[in-house]
Amino acid sequence: MSMDRKANIPFILNDEPTERTCPPDMRVIDLLRKEMGLTGTKEGCGTGECGACTILVDGEPRLSCLMVAAQLHGRRIETVEGIEGSAEGRTLVDAFVEHGAVQCGFCTPAMEMTALALLRSRKPLNREAIRASLSGNLCRCTGYVKIVDAVERAAADVSS
Amino acid sequence: MRAVFSPESVEEALVLRTAHPHSIWMAGGTDVLVQLRHPKCLEDDRPLILLERLPSLARIDVHKDDIRIGSCVSFGRIASDPLLTTEIPVLTQAAATVGGPALRNMATIGGNVCTASPAGDSLPALYVLDASVELVSASGTRRLAISEFLSGPRKTELHQDELLASIVIPRRNPPWTLQKYEKIGKRKALAIAVASMAAVLRINPACGIVEEAHLAWGSLGPTVMRCPPAEEALIGRPLTEEALCAAAEFVPKWVHPIDDIRASAEYRRAVGARLMMRLLDP
Repeated sequence: MSMDRKANIPFILNDEPTERTCPPDMRVIDLLRKEMGLTGTKEGCGTGECGACTILVDGEPRLSCLMVAAQLHGRRIETVEGIEGSAEGRTLVDAFVEHGAVQCGFCTPAMEMTALALLRSRKPLNREAIRASLSGNLCRCTGYVKIVDAVERAAADVSS
Repeated sequence: MRAVFSPESVEEALVLRTAHPHSIWMAGGTDVLVQLRHPKCLEDDRPLILLERLPSLARIDVHKDDIRIGSCVSFGRIASDPLLTTEIPVLTQAAATVGGPALRNMATIGGNVCTASPAGDSLPALYVLDASVELVSASGTRRLAISEFLSGPRKTELHQDELLASIVIPRRNPPWTLQKYEKIGKRKALAIAVASMAAVLRINPACGIVEEAHLAWGSLGPTVMRCPPAEEALIGRPLTEEALCAAAEFVPKWVHPIDDIRASAEYRRAVGARLMMRLLDP
């Protein structure tokens, strides 16, 4: 497959099959935010050091600032805009609200997407495991405690 | 706009490389895409050849005498692979320190090798394991020891028409008795190493005497640094605090660190030596 001009790139976005025509080297964060108006995903550092741009690709957390659009071909993409499409996602959003895990909100979409992949893995979770899973997502407001509280509570709700 | 190619076989990738000699190989993209956003790359429109969909580069193959890790195997997969965790924990521990979890789902071992950063997290582990790299081109395959392949800071012996296909790690029988990887950074996740150390030791189970020792440090020189006198100092005696202190004395004189934004050369010399004491940790 070669793309040397604007290319049609088919992929699944939040459970909806879609196709976008864009430069194949456009960053996925720019495709989402500027071309598609999906501004839930944030750009912090643009170099893979803050995690704010985390999306799920085939269910796995990845950094959308370090991916080009061509990589989306045929993949299943999930962004925070689709998080309430699943029971785990709704549980997670509720837990973030109830525990006051959101302050400025900039890291929240990526925190929730990373936590969503964790909840779906159905791994046994203690606070240490949650902290390790979220270790690539920086938050400069909360000190993380309430975020970990929220994910711990959501994990308990999902498994009960 | 740059062209992007997504070949589905190594053969197709090599044909593309011949057709586009100035193209850039991209594995996980976590180094390449950062470099291409540098202001000095604004005019850069070299095509990208994506390697992520080449099945043969995404395999971990275990043979009788060696383990072959495809160049596009991610650090996330390496860190959680049960066989690698049992047999070469020095590498899986190193893999688990790369960036953060999402980055590890993208970043590959072949990319880490080809970026050839003095701080590349996997590199000291590959040195002590006597790893080699397998390079393929239209004209055939060649194998180089990792220490020959990495020729300087951000420099490798990769020829323009070659692709790094796999990392080959010899299997030891009996296995190394002790394997350890240690990394010092500002925080545990998302930190570039100020200093790192990989160590593998063979210790006689009957008498506790060290019979063989490989030690290597990252971020303490232009490429990975070995310290043969420190290795020799450990051999022929039990692994005690006294033996480690004696061996560690050679390290500061032997390594070539620099001052940079993360640490001073002086600190790196001291902490590099001190990391040896962690071989006593359980």
